[in-house]
Amino acid sequence: MNGLLVLPIAIPLVVATLALLFRRSSVMQRWIGVAGMLVLLVSVAILFRDVYVDGIQVLQLGNWQAPFGITLVADLLSMLMLAISAIMGLIIAVYSIYDIDKERERYGYYPLLHILLMGVNGSFLTGDIFNMYVWFEVMLIASFILLALGNSKNQLQGALKYVIINLFSSLLFLFGVAMLYGMTGTLNMADLAMRLPEVENTGLVTTVAMIFMVSFGVKAAIFPLFFWLPASYHTPPVAISAVFGGLLTKVGVYALIRVFTLLFTQDIGYTHTILLWVAGFTMVTGVLGAASHFEFRKILSFHIVSQIGYMIMGLAFNTALGLMGAIFYVLHNILAKSNLFLISGIAQRLTGTFELKQMGGLYKHYPILATLFLISAFALAGFPPLSGFWAKLSLVKAGLSIEAYVITAVAILVGLLTLFSMTKIWMTAFWAAVPEIGVPDHFGKMPLFGAGNLYIMVVPVMVVAGLIILVGFYAQPLLEVCLDAAEQLLNPSVYIEAVLGPQ
Amino acid sequence: METILPILAGAIFASGVYLLLRQSVILTIIGIILISNAVNLALFSLGRITTENPPLIASGSVIPELPFANPLPQALILTAIVIGFGLLAFALALAYRSYKELGTVDQDTMLKDAEDTSSAIVTDSENNEKRNA
Repeated sequence: MNGLLVLPIAIPLVVATLALLFRRSSVMQRWIGVAGMLVLLVSVAILFRDVYVDGIQVLQLGNWQAPFGITLVADLLSMLMLAISAIMGLIIAVYSIYDIDKERERYGYYPLLHILLMGVNGSFLTGDIFNMYVWFEVMLIASFILLALGNSKNQLQGALKYVIINLFSSLLFLFGVAMLYGMTGTLNMADLAMRLPEVENTGLVTTVAMIFMVSFGVKAAIFPLFFWLPASYHTPPVAISAVFGGLLTKVGVYALIRVFTLLFTQDIGYTHTILLWVAGFTMVTGVLGAASHFEFRKILSFHIVSQIGYMIMGLAFNTALGLMGAIFYVLHNILAKSNLFLISGIAQRLTGTFELKQMGGLYKHYPILATLFLISAFALAGFPPLSGFWAKLSLVKAGLSIEAYVITAVAILVGLLTLFSMTKIWMTAFWAAVPEIGVPDHFGKMPLFGAGNLYIMVVPVMVVAGLIILVGFYAQPLLEVCLDAAEQLLNPSVYIEAVLGPQ
Repeated sequence: METILPILAGAIFASGVYLLLRQSVILTIIGIILISNAVNLALFSLGRITTENPPLIASGSVIPELPFANPLPQALILTAIVIGFGLLAFALALAYRSYKELGTVDQDTMLKDAEDTSSAIVTDSENNEKRNA
């Protein structure tokens, strides 16, 4: 029993409530928002140490013993996800100080951001499948409002698509939970993992596995269920795009990893083969979509889809190396992808547009910004020695070690195509000459630091770029933690014993 | 009852999917409402739905008197209904607001991508105001 486990859920709730109390003062809201993220990060760091040193931590809420009560479980995968979401939360909260306008702050931007994180953290921590549904809904309702906040036309268009497809996928999730309960009579995931192999009707178990794959697949934006993502993620302010692009789809990936390593391992030959095909198509369609667009954030949105494919590929291999690659990829991708979104926001501030064809001259006038972009873009494409290289290397190695040559080749090819669309942004927005018309007056004169407060946006980006480089140069410790996490996943008996006690 | 309810749930789900695929946003949302009810019905039919003992533990014993009605699916449905209610209320409000803003409920015309995506972003003059405030 570890009472600290409740903190990643309780802190955002308390902070959101506090921020709501100071609804009228946007200055107070900003301070509370940022300070809350800092406290969350510290609590996650302490918890991380506990899990790393003492193994899986469990909290039986209300002292109702599993499988009767709701259990919170923190294994290494949960902790890695919690840590990266807390880091991104802090980065985004700081970035938002400048990026989010007064109107949105007045309508509760910071409380919503914290509620969103509460939902995300809850989904990472819970050990109960119905409870996970509830956390998904908490996360969804906050994301709905964040997406629609501001009421501009294209935000409403994006929000409608996002809301309807996500409601449908949640209902599928609930239906899957109902089927699981009907088959086993339990909702606790550790207990489910023990009882599912005893179910005689294996066909039904596989059917339910497919229901979960579709439901989480919609949230994770895998092929062919991703169309809502590029249609909505480019509409809200950049800070919100970055949270969504960085964190929300990864919650879907986390849920997929969790259920397809813990619960649905009866018919790996069937379910994981489908996952592998899906992964390949996700990578290819995503990257081709990105190649055909000329709007900064749309390109990035399609790349989210493409990168999800890599993570699913690692999961589909179902080996320690593959899962290690998938987990490392998630961590690296959250850093690189969110950072690119944040950079697109700065570029828009400077050039007044997201359309690549109307941008130009950023390299000449803002070499620091260009460097930051280059670091993140190369990390995304997988250049050594940045974080993406190690992520791709471990996945390629995992693919070769189980002789899955075709999918490995696809993964490498998609890496090249990623580089192609990153160079597209680089050639137009950064290297091309400044366009003759449509450039705002402050372009070239507004400094990144000093006057204009733009540094509030630049500093978080620099911190993340620093993290990308750090992970790139000192990949070994993190890779080892990811490998430990993967081994925990492949050996569910540890998880089950931690939750239910020695069997 | 235990055979009728799943069939009913399936039928409602099917009609929900049909409505989901219609052009009007309102019909789509009604489709979601139907599906949500179908899922709740399916959950409901998992508990025993015959007349049985209430799930109360008599003093001195550790389990309720068999056969007892399973209260858990009903608790799940209650949770799901409450959550669904909130989400659907939001979806309807969003649809109404979109209708006001876009002037139509036909999805083909209302969901066409806008060309300029920068309009959601505040202008710099607004930001200067914010800085000075």
